[in-house]
Amino acid sequence: MTRTAIQLPLPGFEQAQGEWRSQYSRQIGDEKPVRNRSGIEVQPLYSPRDWSGERYLEDLGFPGQFPFTRGIYPSMHRGRTWTQRQLIGLGTPEDYNKRVRRIIDAGATAISLLPCCSGFRGIDCDEVEPVLLGTCGTVINTTDHMDSALDAVPIGEISTAMNDPSPFTLLAFTLGVARRRGIDWRSVTGTSNQSDYISHFIANHQFYRLSLPGSRRVLLDHIEFCRRHVPNWNPVSVVGQHMQQAGATPAETMGFTLSTAIQYADDCIARGMDVDDVLRRFTFFFDISISLFEEVAKFRAGRRIWARIARDRLGAKDPACWRFKFHGQTSGVDLTQQQPLNNVARVSIQAIAGILSGLQSLHTDAYDEAIACPSEETARIAVATQNILRDEARLCDVIDPLGGSYYVERLTDQMEAEIESVIARIDAAGGMYKAAEAGLVQTMIGESALAFQEQVDSGECKIIGVNCYQIDEDPTVPPAERPNADAMNRHVERFKAFKRERSQEQVARALDTLARAANSKDENIFEKVVDATEVGVTHGEVVSCLRRELGFGHPLIVA
Amino acid sequence: MMMADAPIRVLVTKIGLDGHDRGSRIVAAYLRDAGMEVIYTPPWQTIAGVVKLAMEEDVEVIGVSSLATDHLIIPKLMEALRDAGLRHVHVIVGGIVPDEEKAALLAAGVSRIFGPGSGRDEIVESVAMLGQQSRSERVDEFSETTL
Repeated sequence: MTRTAIQLPLPGFEQAQGEWRSQYSRQIGDEKPVRNRSGIEVQPLYSPRDWSGERYLEDLGFPGQFPFTRGIYPSMHRGRTWTQRQLIGLGTPEDYNKRVRRIIDAGATAISLLPCCSGFRGIDCDEVEPVLLGTCGTVINTTDHMDSALDAVPIGEISTAMNDPSPFTLLAFTLGVARRRGIDWRSVTGTSNQSDYISHFIANHQFYRLSLPGSRRVLLDHIEFCRRHVPNWNPVSVVGQHMQQAGATPAETMGFTLSTAIQYADDCIARGMDVDDVLRRFTFFFDISISLFEEVAKFRAGRRIWARIARDRLGAKDPACWRFKFHGQTSGVDLTQQQPLNNVARVSIQAIAGILSGLQSLHTDAYDEAIACPSEETARIAVATQNILRDEARLCDVIDPLGGSYYVERLTDQMEAEIESVIARIDAAGGMYKAAEAGLVQTMIGESALAFQEQVDSGECKIIGVNCYQIDEDPTVPPAERPNADAMNRHVERFKAFKRERSQEQVARALDTLARAANSKDENIFEKVVDATEVGVTHGEVVSCLRRELGFGHPLIVA
Repeated sequence: MMMADAPIRVLVTKIGLDGHDRGSRIVAAYLRDAGMEVIYTPPWQTIAGVVKLAMEEDVEVIGVSSLATDHLIIPKLMEALRDAGLRHVHVIVGGIVPDEEKAALLAAGVSRIFGPGSGRDEIVESVAMLGQQSRSERVDEFSETTL
């Protein structure tokens, strides 16, 4: 949407502006255009000629009011600050449990669980090079493993984010644990954080486990199951993070993410689900880069566009569906292996950008995140950063404090136009599913990644310690923490014994039922995943069964 | 036998469990634009698969990208390359390798490790040099076996 700035009657404005302009030019001389990461040219100064407030009610409104540009709730962070949701995952389930209980004791109200990369690949711990196990996430292959990981964690009271791509075995294990403990599934809250199979397919960040059509089917089954049986669970988190990390610009990222949300909503509607029932459980997950004002504009524009899409395009009538709820993670892409303590400064700025954008939930990276899984000490500093910004810098005192800035409002409008042009391009390609299948999105991201790298290589984009201000390193790098090999070996041995000792007949029957559901039109695959894990079917067995029936997913490589 | 001025052939790949491929794609594009013949694979290759591909594609250099912890199995790749008689194939590693884990890779025969901040020219020059070196080493291996 392009808007012409309203010419307010400001006597003397043009003359004063002209004088400033010529003084500015005298001081600066010839100047190359300055552009942000999304390619938008940024001016040295903004004024009421760039944003006049004339469309205040249509474009901004008040917090909690359509189109939610200033925030999705009336009281925003004054009423309730964001959820501190630090991503954790390493080692064995017992290692995870130790770490997560300490975090809960320290006051965390939400937890998250990152599985071992082998889990993302869809394989169990007995099929992996032992040295890799648990180095990037926790090894959880069974309901028993989840029970240990969540030992003494009150899953009916604390919100849990599962980094759990299709076919959602981690949620299945969690529901099994809830049943063992007599906890009503209706009180289980949290999010399937990695449910966005399209972003996985595009950005390869973890693993694309099933074929595209297979994943599409399983996601819809999962949404339907959760709406029926786990009503306080968010089955869909639309993930912009993967794409921005892969190189998409902030504007492209927001456009792709909203196009993905449209795709999932359309798929649910096509299946006959009630749009109001489904959309209120949609959440979003983004990278927050260090490009502060651009990120703020990205999120403000995103909120506005989503509100309009949800109401006008998708036809949702419940205002809860118009609210753009998002989790932000400070971007690891901006962090450097060189002079790693500098990352504390970077993460602070990224977190400020996210907080000023009105996010609902935040993960701050530890300063050693560019090197390894965070140590306990560095993870503590990451949490402290959030506390400092909230309690000492008092970033929660004012709602949408950058709102009304000529620059930020103008940039929000420009980012909106940019994002909408991306959405239009995806629409023209037949929607996000088809655009991903055809490689269009991958090509766009690849071009942006290369363009950014060229700016870094040429020094046009400065990264302290990387292409300028280098020093001879630097004793501040904490050594990478690796899981205890003996404990991991025992974990694998116990897993093998578990597989030998369970009822093979029940396992075979459950896998057979799962395979039949996958081949049927109307049975719910995720329901069968839940049933299967209850009789001891493992993560790897579920994935390989579904791969056989629904097809293996290979990422599309685009030159 | 390969002509000395034929383009260098490079395999750019990722082994193990992680799929972050922004770096490997960029490096592949750099090498391609420098006139090399680049064989590019998706992530999650097996060691045996990489060895087979290196042999079939007759590459001189293999670039392995590791952003998570997959560099921990690179020594196994080096061993498998030696066992397959591919001593002349040079391996470079790009991405995140913690300082204290670099020595093990170099001791296993990795030629160079490129951390974040490595520039285009540095990478291209190094691969070109290793490619030439690989050719002369292969000539030596060849004459040794025929003598």
